[in-house]
Amino acid sequence: MFAEFLQYMLSGLTIGAIYALAGLGFSIIYNASHVINFAQGEFIMIGGMAAATLTASGVPLPLAILMGCGGAMIVGVLVAKFTVERARNASVVTLIIITIGASIFLRGVAELVWGKDFKRLEAFSGETPINILGASMQPQSLWVIGCAAVLIVAIGTFFNRTLTGKAMLATSHNRLAAQLVGINVKRVVLISFALSAALGAMGGAVVAPITFSYTEMGIMLGLKGFTAAVLGGLGNGPGAVAGGLIVGVAEALGAGYISSAYKDAVAFVIILLVLLFMPSGLFGKRGTERV
Amino acid sequence: MVQIAATRTAAAQPINTRLLSLAALAVVIAVLPLALTNNFYLDIAILAGFNAIVCVGLNLLIGYAGQISLGHAGFFGIGAYASGILVTTYGWPPIAALLVGALFVGVLAFLLAKPILRLKGHYLAMATLGIGIIVSIVLRTETGLTGGPDGMMVDSFKIFGLELYGEKTWYWVVGVMLFIAVWLSLNLIDSPVGRALRAVHGSEVAAEVVGVDTTRYKVMVFVVSAVFASVAGSLFAHYTGLITPAKADFFKSIELVTMVVFGGMASTFGAVIGAVVLTVLPQALTVFQDYSQIVLGAILMFTMVFMPKGLLPTIEGLIAQRRRA
Amino acid sequence: MTMLANAPIQPEDEPMSPVAHPSQALLRVENLSREFGGVLAIENLSFTVAKGDIHSIIGPNGAGKTTLFNLITGVYKPSGGTVLFDGATVSGLPPYKLAARGMSRTFQNLQIFFNMTAVENVMVGRHLHLNGTLLPALFRFPSLVRKDREAKERAAELMASVGLAKYVDAHASSMPYGALKRLEIARALASEPKLLLLDEPAAGLNATESREIDEVIKKVAASGITVILVEHDMKMVMGISDRITALNYGRKLAEGTPAEVAANPDVVAAYLGTMD
Repeated sequence: MFAEFLQYMLSGLTIGAIYALAGLGFSIIYNASHVINFAQGEFIMIGGMAAATLTASGVPLPLAILMGCGGAMIVGVLVAKFTVERARNASVVTLIIITIGASIFLRGVAELVWGKDFKRLEAFSGETPINILGASMQPQSLWVIGCAAVLIVAIGTFFNRTLTGKAMLATSHNRLAAQLVGINVKRVVLISFALSAALGAMGGAVVAPITFSYTEMGIMLGLKGFTAAVLGGLGNGPGAVAGGLIVGVAEALGAGYISSAYKDAVAFVIILLVLLFMPSGLFGKRGTERV
Repeated sequence: MVQIAATRTAAAQPINTRLLSLAALAVVIAVLPLALTNNFYLDIAILAGFNAIVCVGLNLLIGYAGQISLGHAGFFGIGAYASGILVTTYGWPPIAALLVGALFVGVLAFLLAKPILRLKGHYLAMATLGIGIIVSIVLRTETGLTGGPDGMMVDSFKIFGLELYGEKTWYWVVGVMLFIAVWLSLNLIDSPVGRALRAVHGSEVAAEVVGVDTTRYKVMVFVVSAVFASVAGSLFAHYTGLITPAKADFFKSIELVTMVVFGGMASTFGAVIGAVVLTVLPQALTVFQDYSQIVLGAILMFTMVFMPKGLLPTIEGLIAQRRRA
Repeated sequence: MTMLANAPIQPEDEPMSPVAHPSQALLRVENLSREFGGVLAIENLSFTVAKGDIHSIIGPNGAGKTTLFNLITGVYKPSGGTVLFDGATVSGLPPYKLAARGMSRTFQNLQIFFNMTAVENVMVGRHLHLNGTLLPALFRFPSLVRKDREAKERAAELMASVGLAKYVDAHASSMPYGALKRLEIARALASEPKLLLLDEPAAGLNATESREIDEVIKKVAASGITVILVEHDMKMVMGISDRITALNYGRKLAEGTPAEVAANPDVVAAYLGTMD
C-alpha cells in the first residue's frame, strides 16, 4: 500500500519537476513581457532532441546537453527579437497566435532536421532501479529531480542576488519605472527568453531517457507547464514550481488510483477547479481594477 | 486590460451596405461552383464553409465581446459526436440529433460560462483551453461510445426521405448555412445585444453604469458561439461520415481562433475570409511538402506581427487611405 | 483654487446650515467606509444629496472622491455603512442594477467604447429602454429595428444638446478629448437617470471648453436631474453648486453652501496645505 503510494509520488515528482521547469519558463517570460509563450514546449523538445541525436553521433553527453541549451537559447532570442518585440501593443489573442505560429514553425524545422521518429537517449547512470522503502526508482528520476532543483535554486539566486536579475524583477513590477531608472527593457525581454529556453532545454535533456525524444514531445509538456504557471499565479516563480509539482503528483496519483486513460486530463481538471474558486491561481494576489 | 484596436463595425455603415454585403456573399456562394471543377475543390470549399460557420460564431465572442476561447473545438466535437452517436448508434433522425446536440452544448456552455467568464486574459485562455482538452480526452477515452482514437463512422443526413449525398449537394447545404450564419451575426451586431457585447469589450465598467448586465451578455455570446460550433459539428459529422477526437482537440481550437484573428477581429466577413484562406492554405502548401509546417508557422507569425488587426480590416484600411490620398 | 485662496478667512467657525428638506433627499450616505489593504480610503462618511441639487464633492488629490463615486455607483463594495438611493438601501448592488434605479455616471479617466461610433456609444446608454433579449436581435424583428431607429434619433438629439451634433456618425476613436468628455455625459444622460454623477468633467479642458461643460451641467440640472459633481476647477464648483461637501483623507471636512465652505478655515487649510 505505502510502497505503491510512494511509487506514484516518486514518478509524480519526477514529471512534476519538468512541469516546474516549464512553468518557471512561462513565468519568467510573462514577467518580462506579459506574453504567454506557447513555444515553451518546443524549447524542451530542442533540448531532448539535441541531446539524443548528438550523443548518438559521438558527442559526449555533457557537451551535447550544453549545445542543446545553447541552441535553444539562440532560438529563444530569435523568437523574442523577430516576433514578440515587434508586436508589443498587440492584444492577448494576437500574441498567443504569434507564439503558436512560432511553435508550429519550430516543430516543422525540427522534423526537417531530425525526422519524425522517436530518438532514444541512454540513461545518464544506468538503469538499475534503486529501492526506496519498497518503491523502485529509476536513477534517471534522481537526475531529473536533482537537475531541476539545482536549476530552480540557480534561477532564484539569479533573480535575488545579481544586478541583471534584480533589473528583470523591477521590470516585471513596473515597466515604465524600470525604463526611467535606465534598465534596458528590450534586453530584459531577450534575456528572459534565453533563460526560459535554457531551462526548458535542460529539462528536455534530462527527461529524454524516460520519455523518448520526438518532435511533438513538447506539446503536452508545454501545456502542462502553462497549467503549472497559472496554478501558481502567473508571474509567480516559486508558485509555478509548486504548481508543477502539484500537477505532476496529482497526475501520477490520478493515473494510479483512478484511471490511467484520464492521466492527461488531471492537470486541466485541477486548473479549472482552482480557477473557478480562486480566479488568480493558488498563490496569486487579487487586484482591484482602477477606474 | 487589453484593448484590441478599434475596427469599423457593421452597424456603423448604412443599412444598404449591410444588404449589399449580404447580396455579395450570396453571389459568391452561388457562382463559386462554376470555378470548382472537381470534387476535390468542392470538398475544400465545403470544409472552408464549415470552418467559416464556426468562425462567424467565435468572432462574436472574440472579436466583438473581446473574450478569448481556446476550447471551441470541444463544442464542435460534442456536436459532431452527438450526431454520430445518436444517429448511427441509436438510430435517431439526424435533425433531432442535431438539435439535441445543440441544446446539450448550449446548456453546457451556459453552466460553464458564468464562472469562467469572470476570468480575464490569460486565465480565461487557460480555462477554455482546459475545457477543450478535457472534452477531447473524454472523446478519445470513452471507446465504447465514441470509437476511441480511431473515431467512428456516421450515417448520412436524411430528412423528409431525402438523403444528403455527394459534394454538390453538401456544397449548397453548407453555402445556405453559412449565409444564414452571416445574416444572424450581422443582425445581432446591429442590435441592442450587439452594442452591449461591443460595450463589454470597450469598457465593462462603463457598460455596467448605463445598465448593461455585462455577465449576462458574456454568457449569452458564449452560448451562441458554442451553439454555432455544435451545429456545424453535427453537419460536418454527416458530411465526412467519419469523425475522430482530433476534430475536438487543442489544435483544432487554435486553428479556429487563428482563422478569426487572421481574417480580422470584430468583422463578420473577416472571420469568413480568415476561415477560407486558412482552410485553403494548408492544401496549397502541400506543394512545399516537408516545408509546409514551416511555411504555415511563418505565415501565422508574420501576418500577426505585421497585420495585428487581421487581413480584412488591414485591406479596408489601405483602401480607405488610398481614397483619401 | 484662486477663489478659495482669496476668500476671507473668518476667525470663528460658523455653524453649518443643516440640509434643507431632508424629506427631499435623493441620496443618503450613512457611515460609509472602504478600506484598501488596511488603509481607509473613505472613513465613516455621511452626507445627503437633496433632489434637484447640484451637489459638489471637493477635496485635495487622494481625498477619496473617486472612491466615493465608485462606492455610490456600486463599482466598489463598501467595507461598512450604507447608501440609500430614492428611499431604498442600495449599497452592495452591482452598477447595472443601480443604473436601472436611475443612477448613472461619467469617469475621471475616460471610459469610452472606442470600438464604436459616437452615436452607438450614446445608444448603449439607451440600453435599459430597449429590448436586450437574444431572439429578436438574432432575427431582426421589425419592432426592434423601429425602436433602434428611434433610439438613434434620441441619441443624436442628446449629442446635439451637449454640443456634439457634428460628431454623430464619427468613430469614437477619431474624436478629440474634449468631445469625448461630453460624449460620456450624453451616454449617461441617455439612460434617463434621476441622479448623474460627474467625475471631473472639466479635467484637461481649456477655459472655453470648461465654460461649455458648465453650461451643459446647468442645463442638466434645470431638466430636473440631480447632479453630484467632483471637480478641481473651483471657479466652476463655486459658480454652479447648490451645496458642497469637502473631503480630506476620506473624512468629511465641511459641508454647506459654496460661500460657507469657501469660508471654512479647515477647507482653506487643507487646500493651502497641498498647494505649496
